[in-house]
Amino acid sequence: MTCIEARSLRKDYGTTVALDRVDLHVEEGRILGLIGPNGAGKTTLLNAILGLTSCEGDLRVLGRDPWNERDQLMRDVCFIADVAVLPRWLRVTDALDYVQGVHPRFDRARADALLAKTAIPRGTRIGKLSKGMVTQLHLALVMAIDARLLVLDEPTLGLDILFRKQFYDTLLNDYFDHNRTIVVTTHQVEEIQDVLTDVMFIDRGRIVLGSTMEEFESRYAEVMVQADNAAAARELKPLHERQVFGRSVFLFDSVARERLAELGEVRTPSLADLFVAVMGGEPRREGAR
Amino acid sequence: MKGHMYWSVRRELWENRSIYVAPFAIAVLALFGFFTHVGKFAEHMRRIDTLAAQRQLIEVVMPYGMIASAILFIGVLVAVFYCADALNGERRDRSILFWKSMPVSDRVTVLSKAFVAIVLVPLVAIAFALVAQAVMLAVTTAVLAAKGIDPGMQWSRLPLVQMPLVMIYGVAVHALWYSPIYAWLLLVSAWARRAPLLWAALPFFAAFVVEILAFGSSHVLSLLKYRVTGAMAEAFVPNAMKTPVTDLSQLDPARFLSSPGLWLGLLFAVACLAIAIRVRRYREPN
Repeated sequence: MTCIEARSLRKDYGTTVALDRVDLHVEEGRILGLIGPNGAGKTTLLNAILGLTSCEGDLRVLGRDPWNERDQLMRDVCFIADVAVLPRWLRVTDALDYVQGVHPRFDRARADALLAKTAIPRGTRIGKLSKGMVTQLHLALVMAIDARLLVLDEPTLGLDILFRKQFYDTLLNDYFDHNRTIVVTTHQVEEIQDVLTDVMFIDRGRIVLGSTMEEFESRYAEVMVQADNAAAARELKPLHERQVFGRSVFLFDSVARERLAELGEVRTPSLADLFVAVMGGEPRREGAR
Repeated sequence: MKGHMYWSVRRELWENRSIYVAPFAIAVLALFGFFTHVGKFAEHMRRIDTLAAQRQLIEVVMPYGMIASAILFIGVLVAVFYCADALNGERRDRSILFWKSMPVSDRVTVLSKAFVAIVLVPLVAIAFALVAQAVMLAVTTAVLAAKGIDPGMQWSRLPLVQMPLVMIYGVAVHALWYSPIYAWLLLVSAWARRAPLLWAALPFFAAFVVEILAFGSSHVLSLLKYRVTGAMAEAFVPNAMKTPVTDLSQLDPARFLSSPGLWLGLLFAVACLAIAIRVRRYREPN
């Protein structure tokens, strides 16, 4: 079943085009990573999917129009937008009570069980918790909701590496199943590479690359080439070339692995490397992190 | 839906503790202030028979009226500041992203905030005023008895049933009368990036200045004055405010309910709330 269907989404803020005719099709049960530099339009796209911003074009999420049916949509969609948006004055128990009160799909027992695994004190106000704890709390709230789509916008920003690792482990092991869909944006590309089933690069409001991870792995290859083979490698029209320890690393799109194996050791590139290869070519206002 | 309203209101009480802390603090302060002068009050009671009947009533009722007024006035202030921040703070701290991730509509959210300002804050203020008056009555009774003055001097003159009824009526008419102010503040709160109180006052101040400079008249000012004090004039019989209002015959609900000022105000309030609901939907976090 289709989870998100978008056709030629457009949104501008004055002269800045945030979304430029974006098409998007996400099936149920996928984990899509949305990757792009700052100001690329990731958050605008997510906001449109969540009904937080209006835009031109056709957009259906779980069969609904997000902008006009946000409140109904939110029964089936959860999101963690940015970090620390939980109100600082709210007590942990009150947060649980509130979500239980307004959300028909919230499982209080599950939230309690998830929180029991953390060191979060129940009576405390959220403002007194550490950043990591706030994220844990938000994740516990969200994971206790039986939603069909989970949207994460930089969910681990500002967390240390242990929390980040734990965040995705918990999400995959205890939450994700094939009836659920997850859309995630992050700068920490390398941390989510193994998690994703689909990846999409977005730049200046456009989708510049969209692929499943299987396709990505069969299509792109990286070869570390000795200096004497470099010229031969260049003839195969690599996407990108970089120097590592005096040797050249080439990134190829759709070149037979047998051919490449003759040049050197072939491996699947990291998303980060492909990201640099695809997006790094042109000068830009703000650097991709 | 009903549950959404209930939890939205509860959440307002968690966030805005001033709704009950402020009237409580004023009640305690005012009671304390009164008790430091309770001896004087007792002396008045000792000589109360020597005064004219009208004067006797004023002497007995005045402290009760004053403490209630102080608490109810604070209630209005609380409501004003509450409304100015209600739809602004959630964007400032970005928690709107959390609230909007819940299946609660913008309409329920805005209406729950209007409900808090127009209904809940006045109810809380009434409750504290009644409790403060009860404490006052109990303590003065004890003090009078201790000084050998007949507490009946006070009890027999205090309109124990009519006084609270008049107060509840007064609070109700003011809540309705001020609802356009609250709704306007909620609208500006949803619209303004920062300093909603300033933005809320600005158009009226500008209109006032322009009118004075351009026409030398002050209709805007009278309109504002009417909005602030009009409930007194419209909901009570003429000149009722010259003495403490303690008699139901001094109330004039028929005139209040037929005054255009009330209905135009309510209409304005409904319009403001409708726009505020829309604005909250369109506004992205700061």
